[in-house]
Amino acid sequence: MSAATFNRSAMAGPAWVGWAFVAPFLLCYMGLLVAPVLEGFWLSFHAVDLLTGRGQFVGIANFIDLVRDEIFLRSAANTVLFALICTPAFVGLGLALALVLNRPGKLGAWLRGTFFASNVLSVTVVTLIWRLVLLPDRGLLSQGLQSLGLPDLAPLSDERLALPFIALVTIWWGIGLPMTLILAALQQVPRDLYEAAALDNTSRWRSFRFITLPALRRTLILVAIVQLLGQLQVFGQAQLLTNGGPNNSTRTMVMFIYEALFDQWALGYSAAAAQLLFVLLVLGVSVQRWAEKREDGQ
Amino acid sequence: MTASIEFAGVAKRFGAVEIIPDFSLHIEAGEFIVLLGPSGCGKSTLLRMLAGLESVTGGRIVLGGTDVTQLPPGQRGLAMVFQQYALYPHMSVFDNMAFGLRNIGLAAAEVERRVNAAAHMLELDALLQRLPGQLSGGQRQRVAIGRAVVKEPKAFLFDEPLSNLDAKLRNRTRIELARLHKRLGSTMVFVTHDQVEAMTLADRIVVMNGGRIEQVGQPMEIYQKPRTRFVAGFVGSPAMNFLPAERLADEQGLVAVRLADGAVLRTQVRAAGVGSRELCIGVRPEGLKLADSGLVSGSVELIERLGERSLAHVGLGDGTVVVAEVPVQRTLALGDVVRLQPELDQLHVFDADGLAHHAEAAEAVAA
Repeated sequence: MSAATFNRSAMAGPAWVGWAFVAPFLLCYMGLLVAPVLEGFWLSFHAVDLLTGRGQFVGIANFIDLVRDEIFLRSAANTVLFALICTPAFVGLGLALALVLNRPGKLGAWLRGTFFASNVLSVTVVTLIWRLVLLPDRGLLSQGLQSLGLPDLAPLSDERLALPFIALVTIWWGIGLPMTLILAALQQVPRDLYEAAALDNTSRWRSFRFITLPALRRTLILVAIVQLLGQLQVFGQAQLLTNGGPNNSTRTMVMFIYEALFDQWALGYSAAAAQLLFVLLVLGVSVQRWAEKREDGQ
Repeated sequence: MTASIEFAGVAKRFGAVEIIPDFSLHIEAGEFIVLLGPSGCGKSTLLRMLAGLESVTGGRIVLGGTDVTQLPPGQRGLAMVFQQYALYPHMSVFDNMAFGLRNIGLAAAEVERRVNAAAHMLELDALLQRLPGQLSGGQRQRVAIGRAVVKEPKAFLFDEPLSNLDAKLRNRTRIELARLHKRLGSTMVFVTHDQVEAMTLADRIVVMNGGRIEQVGQPMEIYQKPRTRFVAGFVGSPAMNFLPAERLADEQGLVAVRLADGAVLRTQVRAAGVGSRELCIGVRPEGLKLADSGLVSGSVELIERLGERSLAHVGLGDGTVVVAEVPVQRTLALGDVVRLQPELDQLHVFDADGLAHHAEAAEAVAA
């Protein structure tokens, strides 16, 4: 025991060597993440004009203004609704695709590649494609509806449809990654479990319910958390497809923060909105973890 | 409930690769059969075909008089214990054992009765609420056996179930399996590459090589009278010694040979039926003794002291290394030159086709 301890400490060298290895990361982490977050928190209690750089401490006035700001409240509601549409869809659809495409052979590999392909496109390309698809009168959707004798549809101009359609575009764009993660997890499930289940007279549903689903649980939670965090910060698609319209129906929190800063030059107000988004992110993940632990307890 | 098993011309092919060309075997109800062979000989494939986990390319599998060749695994009434246990990781021990019974809609009270009875028999009572991840390797293996027992199957299938256990636990579990077979009286088909497991558990051993049966027989019959050179070399640890030999003129109807170093040996193997001139002499280490006037000589290259016996590895003049059992009290040093004498009644002669011809007792030969 003492020999092992001696060898380990001899191999480790002086403590500063360890610190020297982690110092580059720590410096970057502190300088590029911790410091800006703390500064943002500090700024949220100030009224700062970005042009003049002048500011004064206003306490929680920015936060009070925000909760009275109808556009902010609308953008927060839009953001939550968007995340609530996208996250279950990413988990459910990702799982369904992974189950269907978890098969050997060229067709399966080709389809996996096809579904993942959209993931590599930039948001600009994705929104360009979908603007063309959703263009009123001449778009693919419009022409398809017309050929079926159905009335034309302009979803991005419709207050009720715009957000769900941005969600649809987002799901089309991002489904490849959840599918791949779940596929990887599926392929880790030992084959002999299914063989034992087959000898145990297990139906396909019970095999899925009692073997596949529990084995995928951690991956599904990971996908849900990653997607929730990602979708609560939605910006590019909403900005490029609808620019927040019509009538603020697709304005999201990150858009609100961006506009408060770069359109209104209100640094403190924007920072306060960012703090509320941060709270929302933490809340979202906390609720998910709480639900997960409660399920564990049962 | 326990059933006989019949393989009738069973074949298995993966694309162009033929794994099992034509396999036929009858297993009596209640018999403990061990399929023994090296890796890749097709024994696991055969077991999986019996379980319904692999399709059958040709032939039929009949279980208790019913052709089950095309039946799905769950409808064959078999239970299998896997090499990696294959316990459902998210279910408790109780649920693991109960899962298959619930799948067929057995009443909850009956499920509980069977699981509790099996758990008691396998000393798993205190572990019923644990998850597989909280169990040791041996406990997991017992749960896997318990899961098979509760199903009251027509036959138990074991796919190298002891290979993941350490040596001590393997011995213990082997004894438990033997007891289980005695207690249940069920048909058991056990696949292994471990000859000790085969020798100690089997009513009959099926030695396989290249998808074919080399020999079927009781353990001591396989050991003492191997049908082929492959069986002779595969069964027994250390393996049988083989010495190349040239056939001389028969003497009184018995095979006589000249060994590589020129020594002439008159065997107790009847010459009738031994066709070829190029032969091979086989003798197990316990049939090769140190003797001052021994037939062959060589120098000691290695001594293995195993406690109850010692094994000397002796290099002969032609480069062949043979293993001889030596008395434990005998002091030998590396490099010592020794003479070895084969026990004539424990000697085997293998012809050019690898078929074995066994020595007869001295009295029988004299008569």
